[in-house]
Amino acid sequence: MARTMTGAEIVLTALADQGVEAVFGYPGGAVLPIYDEIFQQEKIRHILVRQEGGALHAAEGYARSTGKVGVCLVTSGPGATNAVTGLADALMDSIPLVCITGQVPTHLIGNDAFQECDTVGITRPCTKHNVLVKNVNDLARILHEAFHIARTGRPGPVVVDIPKDVQFATGNYVGPSNIQHKTYRPKLKPDQPAVRDAVDLIASAKRPVFYTGGGIINSGPKASQLLREFVRLTGYPITSTLMGLGAYPASDKQWLGMLGMHGTYEANLAMHDCDVMINIGARFDDRITGRVDAFSPNSKKIHVDIDPSSINKNIMVDIPIVGDCAYALEDMLRIWKAKAPVLDKAAHKAWWKQIEGWRAKKSLSYKNSKDIIMPQYACQRLYELTKNRDTYITTEVGQHQMWAAQFLHFDEPNHWMTSGGLGTMGYGLPAAIGVQLAHPKSLVIDVAGDASILMNIQECSTAVQYRLPVKVFILNNEYMGMVRQWQQLLHGNRLSESYTEALPDFVKLADAYGWTGMRCEHPADLDDAIQEMINTKGPVIFDCRVAKLANCFPMIPSGKAHNEMLLGENISDEEVEHAISDEGKVLV
Amino acid sequence: MSEPLKQSHYPSPSRSQDVVSRTLSVIVDNEPGVLARVIGLFAGRGYNIESLTVTEVEHEKHLSRITIVTNGTPVVIQQIKTQLERLVPVHRVRDLTEEGGGIERELALVKVAGKGEKRIEALRLAEIFRSKVVDTSTEHFVFEVTGKSSKIETFIQLMSELGLVEVSRTGIAAIGRGAVA
Repeated sequence: MARTMTGAEIVLTALADQGVEAVFGYPGGAVLPIYDEIFQQEKIRHILVRQEGGALHAAEGYARSTGKVGVCLVTSGPGATNAVTGLADALMDSIPLVCITGQVPTHLIGNDAFQECDTVGITRPCTKHNVLVKNVNDLARILHEAFHIARTGRPGPVVVDIPKDVQFATGNYVGPSNIQHKTYRPKLKPDQPAVRDAVDLIASAKRPVFYTGGGIINSGPKASQLLREFVRLTGYPITSTLMGLGAYPASDKQWLGMLGMHGTYEANLAMHDCDVMINIGARFDDRITGRVDAFSPNSKKIHVDIDPSSINKNIMVDIPIVGDCAYALEDMLRIWKAKAPVLDKAAHKAWWKQIEGWRAKKSLSYKNSKDIIMPQYACQRLYELTKNRDTYITTEVGQHQMWAAQFLHFDEPNHWMTSGGLGTMGYGLPAAIGVQLAHPKSLVIDVAGDASILMNIQECSTAVQYRLPVKVFILNNEYMGMVRQWQQLLHGNRLSESYTEALPDFVKLADAYGWTGMRCEHPADLDDAIQEMINTKGPVIFDCRVAKLANCFPMIPSGKAHNEMLLGENISDEEVEHAISDEGKVLV
Repeated sequence: MSEPLKQSHYPSPSRSQDVVSRTLSVIVDNEPGVLARVIGLFAGRGYNIESLTVTEVEHEKHLSRITIVTNGTPVVIQQIKTQLERLVPVHRVRDLTEEGGGIERELALVKVAGKGEKRIEALRLAEIFRSKVVDTSTEHFVFEVTGKSSKIETFIQLMSELGLVEVSRTGIAAIGRGAVA
């Protein structure tokens, strides 16, 4: 039976019926009716951020760490435009979000009204879908459809733009059941012949490698379980993209570490020299492939992806499989078990021997120091002191992000939140707030850089208001480290605008926000300081002063293939400067 | 830089494939913004549009048919189709060229002004092209001509010598051959 209520009530009722527990938002004129409803109910908790951008990243952190849809509520005009970065970020990394934006009353749309912007026009290319609701009787259906679209298929952000008069108007409410979208039908189950071909190819491989990505995480914990079972059954090596860390346990002996531009030597060489590549839920991003014409030249490639447009976009593959990773893995396992294939054990032994040779290069090694904290060492100690706890890690973007990916190891999915595709500085702190809200008892750490953290530092207030004890671990080298590294590699070490003069005193800054501030400058003090950070009840900013000019290695230099990686230890500054040819410098 | 860039950490544009032309038929929900989604996709991802027609074809279901003539390498064409299918209000995408070539027709209104022999010649040519006169005075004709784009091209070319003033073309409407949709 249809119930009659106002548009604003419909919004809150729909959110409750969708099982939403928390909404991240910021009020303003065009969403006041919805905020009035929030005031008068107790089911849904509203988290007041300090800038709308923070709401989006917080919702992303919440979504990525729980597998649920993250929900945001922002006002029209500047509220919506501030949300754009987060929407683009969620689209690139396939994070399910529903973002409700207020809009000026329908009769004023197009009139350049106060705080008006063309929200659906602006957000069209950075959302999976968006809708302007003009009739209150469509509102409930559109909201339920928005959740369905956001969470199914390849997940992504959906914007629902609601004019203020629609929020005031009275209309019929319909519940989430029995809503079937007219056109949207993501393909979840893969075609069986393709899966059978894939299994045959996997079974006949001599030098195989699994290459997995964020699709496994998005598919849910079951996909991770199935992946583990399948990979162990085959005995094959496995690597993953930045977005897929945790899907396969990093502590396992078949794990090669992350691949790509700053991936391990063994992972990248295995990708380059393999004869069968099994890509499950990754998209051949350019940070992975390097030079496409030199990418894994002698392999047959299998690609499982829920998004048909990802297939053959960057790299041509031999066996494309469109479907959800969990379904595909389930089918592969079943067929594999039924066939019980005889594997080429001798070839696999030789392959592993080769991989062990690459591993022996210890591509993540670095020159440690007794006097200054090396950033890699800081990440190593942070890992050692947190690994036996229930720890969630978020990051900002830059060198610290890569070091975190290299030195913090993840054994479970949904514990690693980072901005991969868009590379959004300022992601980590609000994301940590979202994660902590969903996991109040867990240890949530934002591994940050001194430049990135300032991009959303205002969210420190949010953490205090909601008593969220997040820890911000800043690898402070006073530079935009990755920019500086590239300037050294590509631009004759002319450090144009990459040194941050006039950094704030992070300890005093923490104090001003009501956080605990800590500083550590000597390697000998590091363990105790990290322990103190962990033991501190409330939020902490940890200003970890690290070596200023450390570079992030290993690295595939521009214009080079996977088997031409630069390794970190013993590399001279001269070699670093000449690592990239002139042609390679242009399009980096 | 004169040499093409071969080395970069972004994929190089070196892979050379022949460019082909394709006629796509896209069935969409006729809802606000749907055309903007389709055009925005083409603009945002750098695809080409040679011709575009759109109108509602099933009023009860609010379905529109968008006919797009595009060109690109086979890889790009495949991307265009899968990217179009990703758009939520898109019901289906058909590649009429790949399906063996659909029927493609275009309508043009061609205004020709002149007197004397040229005027008579224009009318005579129009008859050969089975074109209708839809507006006239003692000094001009407006011809309505339908057919394949190549026929319309030829007609316009001939008229350019006989006092062509202006042309309005619909762009290509296309439909698949055979008994089924």
